[in-house]
Amino acid sequence: MAYLEVRNIRKSFNKTEVLKGIDFDLDQGQVLSIIGSSGSGKTTLLRCLNYLETADEGTISLNGDVIFDALTIKNESYNDIRTKRLNWGMVFQQFNLFPQYTALQNVMLAPNENIPEVLKYKKKELLEKYKDKSFFERKKLISQELSFIKRKLTEDIKQNAIDILNRVGLSDKMNNYPCELSGGQQQRVAIARALALKPRILCFDEPTSALDPELTGEVLKVIKELKYSTDCTMIIVTHEMDFAKNVSDKIIFMANGIVEEMGTPSEIFDNPKSEKTISFLSKSREDIFDDISVNGDKNE
Amino acid sequence: MSFSDVTLYLLNGFGLTCLLFVLTLLLSLPLGLLICFGSMSKFKPLKIIVDVFVWIIRGVPLMLQIFVIYYVPGFMGFQIFSQVDLYFTLNFGVNDIGRFLAVLIAFAINYACYFSVIYRGGIQSISQGQYEAGQVLGMSKSTIFRKIVLLQVIKRIVPPMSNEIITLVKDTSLARVVMVVELICAAEKLMAKAIIWPLFYAGAFYLIFVGVLTIAFNFLEKKLSYFKV
Repeated sequence: MAYLEVRNIRKSFNKTEVLKGIDFDLDQGQVLSIIGSSGSGKTTLLRCLNYLETADEGTISLNGDVIFDALTIKNESYNDIRTKRLNWGMVFQQFNLFPQYTALQNVMLAPNENIPEVLKYKKKELLEKYKDKSFFERKKLISQELSFIKRKLTEDIKQNAIDILNRVGLSDKMNNYPCELSGGQQQRVAIARALALKPRILCFDEPTSALDPELTGEVLKVIKELKYSTDCTMIIVTHEMDFAKNVSDKIIFMANGIVEEMGTPSEIFDNPKSEKTISFLSKSREDIFDDISVNGDKNE
Repeated sequence: MSFSDVTLYLLNGFGLTCLLFVLTLLLSLPLGLLICFGSMSKFKPLKIIVDVFVWIIRGVPLMLQIFVIYYVPGFMGFQIFSQVDLYFTLNFGVNDIGRFLAVLIAFAINYACYFSVIYRGGIQSISQGQYEAGQVLGMSKSTIFRKIVLLQVIKRIVPPMSNEIITLVKDTSLARVVMVVELICAAEKLMAKAIIWPLFYAGAFYLIFVGVLTIAFNFLEKKLSYFKV
């Protein structure tokens, strides 16, 4: 049984069928790249995985647990889905950083928002632990421990955020606002923000498409480093063919809402079987000819 | 009448103008948010009711609304405002509380409707990507609104809100149609004594008031200029 199993995902927008039954598996720690021309449904698939769109049919299971089932999703509240979302991290094409917060605050915001929930859970544990004590003593002990835990959590979150920002090479930009950062730096903050919640699977939706060519390298480099420095499983929708070939364990080529071809990078790039794959790859090679930063190593 | 007598008399009216201004804001700013949520509701009947209400309030002169609120309950047999008037006159020796109350209600409802449209514009101008970024980070809807959207909305709506609030300063002069003696009404009373200059003098009060507000709004805009939306 694979780590991530996606089965028969279908999605239509107003009778236009965008995804026509997507199936794939992914093992833990692997990197999957999804390539294909615009309109083939790559982004929609990623959005379905992240619950940003609700697939009409299909199931998704992670580590043996069904985390999405089109049949039952309608009965689930926003909050039910919210906790499941934490399995996933998502990096958007347009970064979508929060403009009123500094880079560091952007990374810390979501983990900090989770503190009250952690405290609530801890409080229950403590109530159990001190149930023999008298009312006032119990109250005092619990509030002491909770404030200690809270302080510890806040410190950990900050330290973790600083570490992650260091890892994406932004140690000197932590206190800058998004409007003061270049596109590449903003996207690296967005990656750090997603990493801060320690997602099981990190998704990238065309992470370099909104960037100037000379800035794509620094972002691709960070993604590549993530592959080797963590065991994070990643799904990357990209138009950067050489990068996909370089970094992926598995490639999916999508066309017209179906998985046209799936395999290892060498199978897809050096030995494509489907007509559509062959024609897509030959076209994209022409485009990529002038791209200076395809390997992601030339900028930094 | 000497200059200082006129000043004192006008200051009395100006006090009432300020009171009406502040209380209207206090009531209409939150009420506007409620109306705004109503007009963005996914529950169609509520949305339609709210939209029609806003259309009527924005479509009818404020002066007429003051008349309606002040006189219509009386026609229907509920003399609420004159009873309030009487109650405060007898018990506290202050006059005209009832009519002030009627004017305040009319102003609060009227301005809440205008504010609601500004709020809605601000909320809808925030890109979907901001909500999605919050969602994929596992935030609750209220967290997304409070921690991400709200400040961006505030930044966006400061210029149109300052416009509307400055208009409110001068609209308070409409209160005189039911004989609430605010600044213009006070000046008019002096005109009855055949002195015209206090009316222009009253204009200076408005100018200074609006000047102070303009400075305050510029300060707020500057405070919020550290980020771009």
